[in-house]
Amino acid sequence: MSADSITATPETSHVRGLPGLQALGFNRAQSIAFLILLAFLVVGPFVLYPVFLMKLLCFALFACAFNLLIGYVGLLSFGHAMFFGMGGYLAAHSAKVWGFTPELAILTGGAIGALLGVVSGWLAIRRQGIYFAMITLALAQMVYFLCLQMRFTGGEDGIQGVPRGHLFGLLDLSADMSIYWLVAAVFLLGFLLINRIIHSPFGQVLTAIRENEPRAISLGYRVDDYKMLAFVLSATLAGVAGGTKALVFGIATLTDVYWAMSGEVVLMTLLGGLGTVFGPAVGAAVIVTMQNYLAEFGAWVTVIQGAIFVVCVIAFRAGIVGEVARWLRVRL
Amino acid sequence: MIQDRRSLLKTAAAASVVPAVGLPARARAQSTTIKIGVLNDQSGVYRDISGPTSTACVRQAIVDSGITAKGVNVEVLQADHQNKPDVGSTIARQWIDRDGVDVIVDVPNSSVALAVNGIVREKNKAYFNSTGATTDLTGAQCSPNTVHWTYDTYMLARSTGGAMVKAGGDSWFFITADYAFGHALERDTSTFVKAAGGKVLGGVKHPLQSTDFSSYLLQAQQSRAKVIGLANAGTDTINSVKQAAEFGVTRRGTKIAVLLMFINDVHSLGLQAAQGLVCTESFYWDLNDRTRAFTNRVRGSLGGNYPAMSHAGCYASVLHYLKVVADMGAAAAKASGADAVARMKAMPTDDDCFGQGSIRADGRKLHPAYLFEVKTPEESKGPWDYYKLLQTTSAEEAWRPLSEGGCSLIRT
Amino acid sequence: MIEDLLFQLELGLPQLVLGLVNGAFYALLSLGLAVIFGMLNVINFAHGAQFMMGAFVAWMLLAWGGIGYWPALIISPLIVGAFGMVLEKLLISRLYKLDHLYGLLLTFGLALIIEGVFRNQFGSSGLPYTPPASLGGAPVDLGFMFLPKYRLWVVVASLVLCLGTWLVIEKTRLGAYLRAATENAALVQAFGVNVPRMVTLTYAAGVALAAFAGVLAAPIYSVNPQMGSSLIITVFAVVVIGGMGSILGSVITGFGLGLVEGLTKVFYPEASSTVIFVIMAIVLLARPAGLFGRA
Repeated sequence: MSADSITATPETSHVRGLPGLQALGFNRAQSIAFLILLAFLVVGPFVLYPVFLMKLLCFALFACAFNLLIGYVGLLSFGHAMFFGMGGYLAAHSAKVWGFTPELAILTGGAIGALLGVVSGWLAIRRQGIYFAMITLALAQMVYFLCLQMRFTGGEDGIQGVPRGHLFGLLDLSADMSIYWLVAAVFLLGFLLINRIIHSPFGQVLTAIRENEPRAISLGYRVDDYKMLAFVLSATLAGVAGGTKALVFGIATLTDVYWAMSGEVVLMTLLGGLGTVFGPAVGAAVIVTMQNYLAEFGAWVTVIQGAIFVVCVIAFRAGIVGEVARWLRVRL
Repeated sequence: MIQDRRSLLKTAAAASVVPAVGLPARARAQSTTIKIGVLNDQSGVYRDISGPTSTACVRQAIVDSGITAKGVNVEVLQADHQNKPDVGSTIARQWIDRDGVDVIVDVPNSSVALAVNGIVREKNKAYFNSTGATTDLTGAQCSPNTVHWTYDTYMLARSTGGAMVKAGGDSWFFITADYAFGHALERDTSTFVKAAGGKVLGGVKHPLQSTDFSSYLLQAQQSRAKVIGLANAGTDTINSVKQAAEFGVTRRGTKIAVLLMFINDVHSLGLQAAQGLVCTESFYWDLNDRTRAFTNRVRGSLGGNYPAMSHAGCYASVLHYLKVVADMGAAAAKASGADAVARMKAMPTDDDCFGQGSIRADGRKLHPAYLFEVKTPEESKGPWDYYKLLQTTSAEEAWRPLSEGGCSLIRT
Repeated sequence: MIEDLLFQLELGLPQLVLGLVNGAFYALLSLGLAVIFGMLNVINFAHGAQFMMGAFVAWMLLAWGGIGYWPALIISPLIVGAFGMVLEKLLISRLYKLDHLYGLLLTFGLALIIEGVFRNQFGSSGLPYTPPASLGGAPVDLGFMFLPKYRLWVVVASLVLCLGTWLVIEKTRLGAYLRAATENAALVQAFGVNVPRMVTLTYAAGVALAAFAGVLAAPIYSVNPQMGSSLIITVFAVVVIGGMGSILGSVITGFGLGLVEGLTKVFYPEASSTVIFVIMAIVLLARPAGLFGRA
C-alpha cells in the first residue's frame, strides 16, 4: 500500500467469519460488530428517541455510500449533497404530489441520485484528486442554485408536509415506531449492499485502482468505467438516504443540497474511518449526536466540527473505527 | 455586533432563580411548571433579529406577568435551529416529546416556521411565531395552535407598497431575490403599488446570496423609477443597500424601500449607508412612552442589542399567553395548546410594545404597521436613534382580510 | 436594427465594466490559490476564510485602532499572512508526504473554525466599513456610465498586484527558485536553498493576496463571516476552468469570467450565479486540463 494513499486500511486479519455471516463477506470481527449493530437497531428505538435514531440512520447510510467512493476508489467527492438533497426532493415530491407509496418514493429518490450521478460523474471522472473534489463541489453548487429556482422544490420553504404514507399501500407509517422499522430496513439493506459490492470482484478492482491506477490500466481494466459505476452506485445510495430522510421528517429542503452538507458527510466518514465497513456509520452517529446535543452552542458547533476535521487529518487519519481496529489487530 | 454571552447567561441564571427564592413554600408545593421553548437562529444571519435577545424578552415577559407569584413556575429553554427546517423540527419534536415543552416561540425563517407549525399542531401545544414572514401560517397552513404575532409579507407589502405611493413614490423598480419569498414579496407589493395608483417599471431577479448588486442597481437607475424596492433579505439586503450608497443611487432623489428590514440591520449597516431607506416595522423602541418603558426594562439584559419588532413580538405573545394561563389555570393550559390559544383569541391584548390589539380567528395578531425612514447621521441624536415615522397603517387595514387567506379554521 | 444594437451596447458596456470589478476579485483569489498550489500542492480551502479575515482585520484596525484604509491595505495582509505562516508551520507542513486530498480536508476544517470563531465574535449580519474619503464622493463619469471611484481603484489595484506577482515569479531570482522548487524541490534544496522556509513564505504570500482582496472588498461588500465561503466555490470553478498551469492563466481567467458573468446579468440575471459552472462543464468536456492547464 502506498504511503500517500488517502485511506489507511489496517492489516488484514485472515480470521474466518462466523458461519452464517460469512456469506455476507464479513470476517469474524466484522461479524461480531455486525451483530452488535443489529442489536442496536432492534433495541435502540426503545431506549433512544426514535426520530433522532432515524436521522442518525439516514446519515449513516449517506456516509456509507460516500465511503464506497472515497474509501474503496480513493475519489473524494465534495458534492455528495447534490445526490442526498435531490433524492430528498424527488422522494418528497413523488410522495406528496404524485401520491407514491413510501417505498416507491424512496426508490424515486435513489433513481434521481443515479441519474444525477451519471451526468456529474461523466464530467468529473475526467479529472482526479483535488480536481475531482473541486469539480464535484462546483457541480453541487450549481445543483443548489437550480434547486433554489426550480418551482417544484418550493425555494427556501422546501417541500413541506410530506406524508409518510402507507407501506405498500397497506401499513400506516405515521407513528414514529412504525416508520422506524422501514428506515432500519433501508439502512440495513444499503449497508449490506455496499458491503457486498466491496467484497465482490468488482470491489477488488476498485481497490486496485485506488492503490495503483496506472497498474490497473496496464492490467487491461477500463478504469474509467469502474470509477463511473462506483460513482453512480454511491450517488444512488446517497439519493436513497436523502429520500428516506425526507419521508421521516416530512420535509425536503435546501439544507440537504448545500455544500456544507457535502462537507459534513466527508467529516462523518473521516471521523469514523475511511475505508472501513463500520466507520462511516460510527462517524455519522458521533456527528449527528454532537449536533443534536450541542445545538444550543450555536456557531461553536461549526468550530468544533472544524477542529475535529483538523485533528482527524493531523493525528487521527484512521478514524475511530480504524484506530480501534488497529488496536484490536482486526479489520472492521 | 458583539454579544456579551456572559452577561446574558447571568441574566438567564438570575431569571430562573427568581421563582425559587420569591415563593412561599405552600404556593411552590402546588406549582405547575410551564415550559417555554425559544427556537431561533443563535448563530446565523438572523441572530441579531432573534437570537439571545428574544430569549431575554421572553424572560422579561415572565417577570412582567407576575405569574410566579400566582404559583406557576415558568421555565425557558432555548435552541439554535441554524435556519435548517430539519434541525428545527427535530428540536421541536424533542422538546415536546421528551422535555415537556408547552409553548414554542419566535422561529425566524419561513421554512422552519412552517415545519414547526405542523409539529405543534400534531402534538396540540401552543406556537407563537414572531419572526417568520410567511402568510401561510395564517393561510393555507393555519392552525388552531398558532398565533402569528408580529408581521408577515402581506403587511410589509401593504405598508411599504401602499404607503410609499401615498408619500409620492409612484414608480417602482424591484430587485428581487429569486426564490419563493422574494417572489411573494414582489408580487404583493406590486399589487399595492398599482392599487394606490403607482406604476411598476420593471424588475430584476438575482440569485440568493449574491455579492455584487451593482449591475442590478444600474438597471434600476436606467429605468428612472422613483423607488427601488428590495425584495430580498439578510446579507443580500445589506449588500444591495451598501452598494446603492456607493453608486450614489439615493443622491438623485431615488428612494430605496427595503421590504424586510429590522432596526438591527440598520445598526449593522451604519447610518452613513442606511440613511434615507424606507422600511416597515410594527414596533420601534422609541415610538412612544410605553415602548420606551419596555426597552428600558429589558435593555440591560440584551448585551448591547436593542429590541426589534421580532423581539417585541416574543415578549408580547408570551405576556398575553401568561395572562391566559393565570386565567384558565396552568394545568388546563398545559393540557391543550389549542384551548389556550382559543382563550388568547377571545381576550383582547394589551402590552407595552404593540398597545391594544386582538388576535383574529385564523391566528393573526392585529396591530398597526409603521412606515419608517432611516434618519441621516445629523438627525440621529443618540445610540439607536434611527427611525422617523412616515406613515401609519391602521390595524384594520394592515393585514390580509380574513376571507382571502384560505384558512380552513374560518370555513368550519 | 442598428439602433437596437446600440441600445444593447449602451446597456451592456456598463455591465462589462462592473464585470471587470468582480473579475478583479476572482483574479486575485485564483492567483493566490495558484501560487499556493504551485508550491505546496495544496488546494487552500481556507482561502475564502482568509479573504474574510483580511476584511475583518481592516475593520478591527479602523474600529479599535483608528487605523484607516490605506495603512490597513498593507497591515491587514501582513497580519493575515503571518497567521498563514503559523498555520503552515504548525499544521499544513505535516501533510506534504501524504495524499494531496488531506491538505484540502485540513484547510476545509480550518475554514470552518475561522468562520465559526468570527461568527461567534461578530454575529452574521455584517459590519459597516466606509471607503476612504479620497475614493468616496461622487462617481466618475465615464461617458456611458457613472462609476464610483472606488470600483475603478479595485480594478487598477488588482491589475497592478496580479502583474507584480507575475513579474516576481517570472522575472526575478526569487521567482526562479520558486519555479525550480515547484519542479524539483529536492534538487533546489541540494543547491542550498532553504526550501521549507520558501514554502512557508509562499503560503503566507498566497494568504496575504487573499487578505488584500478582502480589504479591497470591505468597503463594497458586507463585512460578514460568510463573505468568503460563498465566493470561494465560484473561485474554485474559475480555477478548474483556467487550469492550474500558469499564473497568468489564472489572472486572465479570473477577469474573463468576471466579464462573462457581467454580461449574463443583463441578458439573463437569474443564471448569473450558475453561468460560471456551466462554462466549467463545457471546458471540462473540451479540455479536461483547463484552458491554461497542463494535462
